[in-house]
Amino acid sequence: MSDVVEKTLTALPGLFESQTGAAKITNRLRQLIKSITELTSKHEEENLIKRELSAIKEQVSSPNTTMKQMREIMVRAMYCEMLGYDASFTYIHAIKLAQQGGVLEKRVGYLAVSLFLNEGHELLLLLVNTVLKDLQSTNLIEVCMALTVVAQVFPKDMIPAVLPLVEDKLSHPKEIIRRKAVLALYKFYLIAPNQVQHIHAKFCKALSDKDPGVMASSLHIYLQLIRESPDSYKDLTGSFVTILKQVLGGKLPVDFNYHSVPAPWLQIQLLRILSLLGKEDQSTSELMYEVLDESLRRAEMNHNITYAILYECVKAVYTIHPKAELLEKAARCIGNFVLSPKINLKYLGLKALTYVVQHDAKLALQHQMTIIECLDHSDFTIKRETLELLFRITNAQNVTVIVEKMLDFLCYVPIKTLTFAPDNSWFIQTMNDVFSIGGDLLQQDVPNNFLRLLAEGKPEEDDQLRLYAVESYLTVLKGHTSHLPQCFLQVMSWVLGEYAHLQESVDRREVIRLLTQLLDQRSVSSETRVWILSALTKIPEGQTDLILDLAESLSSSQDTVLRQQAQELRHLSQDSQLREWVLVENSCAVDSSLSFLDGFVSEALAAGAAPYKPPHQRQEELSLNLEPYSFSLPVSLSSCSITDRQSPTLLSVSSGLSGNSAELSTLILEGVKRVWGKDGYLPQKEATAPPVDEPSAAVQPASQQEAAERIEPRPEPSTQNQDKQQLASSLFVGLGVGSSVSLLGKSEAPPPRFRKKPRPHESSSSSGTSKRSSDSSSHSSRNTTDSFLYGSFPEEEPATSISTFDHTPKSTTANGLSQNKDTKEDRHANTSQILGGDMVIVRPSTIQDKHPPSVSSDLTALLPADLKDLPHSDVISLTSDPSLSLSSCRLFRDEALLLVIFISNCTETVIKDVAVQLTCEELKVCTGNVMDCLEARSTSVCHYALLMDDPHTNVSLTGTVSYQTQPGHTNTLPFSGTLSTADFIRPLVVTTEEYGKLWLSLSHDVKQNLKLLTDAGDPLRTTLNALKDALQLHVVDIIGSEGIVACRLLSGAPCLLHCRVNGAALAMWLRSPHPALPDFILYHCQRALAHH
Amino acid sequence: MMHFLLLFSRQGKLRLQKWFLPLPERERKKIVKDMTTMVLARKPRTCNFLHWKDLKIVYKRYASLYFCCALENQDNELMALETLHRYVELLDKYFGNVCELDIIFNFEKAYFILDELLMGGEIQETSKLSIVKSIEASDMLQETMEEYMSKPAF
Repeated sequence: MSDVVEKTLTALPGLFESQTGAAKITNRLRQLIKSITELTSKHEEENLIKRELSAIKEQVSSPNTTMKQMREIMVRAMYCEMLGYDASFTYIHAIKLAQQGGVLEKRVGYLAVSLFLNEGHELLLLLVNTVLKDLQSTNLIEVCMALTVVAQVFPKDMIPAVLPLVEDKLSHPKEIIRRKAVLALYKFYLIAPNQVQHIHAKFCKALSDKDPGVMASSLHIYLQLIRESPDSYKDLTGSFVTILKQVLGGKLPVDFNYHSVPAPWLQIQLLRILSLLGKEDQSTSELMYEVLDESLRRAEMNHNITYAILYECVKAVYTIHPKAELLEKAARCIGNFVLSPKINLKYLGLKALTYVVQHDAKLALQHQMTIIECLDHSDFTIKRETLELLFRITNAQNVTVIVEKMLDFLCYVPIKTLTFAPDNSWFIQTMNDVFSIGGDLLQQDVPNNFLRLLAEGKPEEDDQLRLYAVESYLTVLKGHTSHLPQCFLQVMSWVLGEYAHLQESVDRREVIRLLTQLLDQRSVSSETRVWILSALTKIPEGQTDLILDLAESLSSSQDTVLRQQAQELRHLSQDSQLREWVLVENSCAVDSSLSFLDGFVSEALAAGAAPYKPPHQRQEELSLNLEPYSFSLPVSLSSCSITDRQSPTLLSVSSGLSGNSAELSTLILEGVKRVWGKDGYLPQKEATAPPVDEPSAAVQPASQQEAAERIEPRPEPSTQNQDKQQLASSLFVGLGVGSSVSLLGKSEAPPPRFRKKPRPHESSSSSGTSKRSSDSSSHSSRNTTDSFLYGSFPEEEPATSISTFDHTPKSTTANGLSQNKDTKEDRHANTSQILGGDMVIVRPSTIQDKHPPSVSSDLTALLPADLKDLPHSDVISLTSDPSLSLSSCRLFRDEALLLVIFISNCTETVIKDVAVQLTCEELKVCTGNVMDCLEARSTSVCHYALLMDDPHTNVSLTGTVSYQTQPGHTNTLPFSGTLSTADFIRPLVVTTEEYGKLWLSLSHDVKQNLKLLTDAGDPLRTTLNALKDALQLHVVDIIGSEGIVACRLLSGAPCLLHCRVNGAALAMWLRSPHPALPDFILYHCQRALAHH
Repeated sequence: MMHFLLLFSRQGKLRLQKWFLPLPERERKKIVKDMTTMVLARKPRTCNFLHWKDLKIVYKRYASLYFCCALENQDNELMALETLHRYVELLDKYFGNVCELDIIFNFEKAYFILDELLMGGEIQETSKLSIVKSIEASDMLQETMEEYMSKPAF
């Protein structure tokens, strides 16, 4: 390429001119795009494009249009097509442009062709000659373009035309050409594998090409080839291993690095190939253990691409012949994925687990708490992946819980799972749920499989199941049926038609009545009607009158199929002989002698055909040497029976149905010897585990407790955790090691039907670390949400009596939310008429202060004694008018923010009926209170306790005060103010150790570089102190250049901050269980540092 | 193997489409519609992957533009995410601090760059340097050739 660059550099002066020319050319496109963005409606756009296209049409057909103009026109045409308009009249001109234009036009022409013309478009034929010419061009760029277009659009039947030329390019001196040729051949291989079969030797040459790019491209072909027949390429294993070793050893040019990882795409491709080669092949696998180990070791950097490599590596380790040491490392990797706070990695971890649990179900056990969390994840993709994982670990003991989870999700319920069903009623009931909830969204094979399951069972064994189904469906049909999905109705009518006779007690007339009733419903589709009619046909005779009525009513139906069926039904019900002949009671009766073919056979014999001989006779006659085969037959038979016995699925199916799971587990462990089985994981250590129904709580509490704590880092398991652990124990029961089966210390088999309790009102994930007291108080404050609390304080009893408040029992306790709760009940009656705010405390205390209390700093002196010591903000004036002035002040209490409003009477007269109304939408507060009168020159204090559930950067408060200076004359005074999240943040006092545990358990994180305050000796400490002052954070620890800080929102959600000095900046990493909290805290940190 | 790659704006306007497998026009339009509605409906802080029919959709938002591609089941999602990222890096290197407008106004250039990165739905060249070099070289060569050709022949 360098010669090209040289050439162009000499022509640089001219180049600039031409670029201005190019700018002119694209002007039309710019105009078009601009005018489109200015439009307001789709209709206008349509008109504009229509005009544009007709202009283009005119231009392309004009003989005076130059190639250069044509290029510009083509770009516009491409743009119109991208917007979804048809510009097919330009297609032929695109081909012309590629054919006749200079290189620049050619490039646009080829691009237009590849965008416009699909494989198989007839105009493509016109392109063949152009492509052939360009493939032979001496201009590299033309060759590149031709190869690109060939790989993009050439259909199967056009490949032979260009194949020899493309093949030649494999030995082209330029590596870029060789690379593109290899990829073009790869594309050919995908479309028409037969046509490139003869060049396999050349692929091998490409694999050993001296240019790594060409070699990497050839791997695409090899991956495909090896996927199809791994055995033919085993001899290449050594080469692939060597290449991977070289890549890992950094032998490739730095050019191939991606974010300082050597050739990651190449690595991944090689790992995939190796896993295919090593699958079920011990000797080949042994060749790659070393390099896989190195690969696992090398990928340490914290970057997506290394995780991509790791994931591929883990998959390879679990695909090839197992090696304990590697498996262990890979399992650790999976752990890192699953526990990662990054959601993409979590997803990949779940995927890896899903892949791996087929070999080793214990891994799922290790991560059960994470899996449970993911099950309730708000992200649909994560949820689905988790269910996929659960599906893989389904066994007889956890099936009820897992299926319940799946029903919640209802993407599909594979019937296979249900073969584990503990009993008939559960099975039918579950399927009812599936059908009625999933309805017509279900894949068609779900009802089909279900019906097959019912139909194929042995008559004696499964009659009970059928009976149950009939009974349950009759109950369903007696209820409200119009909302039931069609497929459920179809299933029910089939079952009733087929098996209603099994149930002696059921009146057939009743069945017929229920089914005909369905026919009358409008919502029933005609397909379902056909099902219903077939069912009615099957119900034995005797109710001719009902059937005749029905047939009569349907004979005038619009639907011909229905009409025909109604006719058939009528005939059959009238003619019992015909009926017996058509509907044989036992439809399985087969004429094994094939007597009905006699006529045909005798005819054929008469025509000279050879008489039929049964197989054994034929074999004798053939007299071919059968010894080797017959000799091996008994051997294979016996081995067959052995594996049958070992297969756990077969056993679990049968015993699962019998519902005796204790028996099942003993049965399984007898058969199990291998860890690896085609049917999935074979539980290993059940022999040492206590039987599941033993009271194991007493036996192993300590170890379980330990296990619970190891998996769940929070020190105090909250109720929600217990919920989760219970769910975990029921989900993971029956998987592997007995001691970790149940985290709660009680394991029962079969597990109880587990219903998730409603979550506690607030996220209690923080409760473990936030202080106990704050926790309880926030609970109690929640309880009082709807009540309107106010307390008055004996030590500061206002001299002026305010009659509105008089009837409230005076609280003798100091102000405190939880204490006031006791008297809540009796107040409730009085206050229920007032709209409940989140937490409101009104403290009407008018101070007999004859001095005008207008200076705001004095106002804090008016605070009740118990509030005086609290940290508080400056008093700010909210609003004022000649008679009243309002100021506010924020007090930071441990469990709430107290907003204090001072209402001062500036006049010399009494102001009456003062009513304060306060609203804050974000905090969902809307409250008001009234006092009868406010003495002259006195100040009343109201305070409101506020909590913030969802963080907002700022919340605005609005309110009004209305009052009467003269009777009958009401004044209103509006006011407003803002509160910031910072007001709702409190320090979270934790130890470094607790911090560490909590850090790992939090999932939402945000990273950002902040300004570092560098004016003092210790920048980190200065900065953290500045943040602490502004935001009430708790500095947990400062170690070297790192500091850890913790805080919490009043409602309980903690937020952990990890700060590290990074040059002149402070790298801040925030984590919280609340998704939005880190952002807001970060915002306030930024502001605090900016203001500093 | 990648099946298709789409670039669309936050408003759901298509900016670039590359189909590595032949599909009828109607099907393509439907896919574009499905993709934009599905991807744009994703909430923040969800993962970058989606299941769609038997394919896996990997998407990422860069400023106002969504990059979205479809993979086969055995493909590595994280790798595809990095492939998208490499494409963005290339665009950035070529345009210099690329923005959506660059891609709108010079979409053909964006296609040329893509053709150097991917071929037949597989990664072709991963070196940023050599891709940009080859694109620039062909840009320049073409310009100068054009100059050369348009010169009056004496």
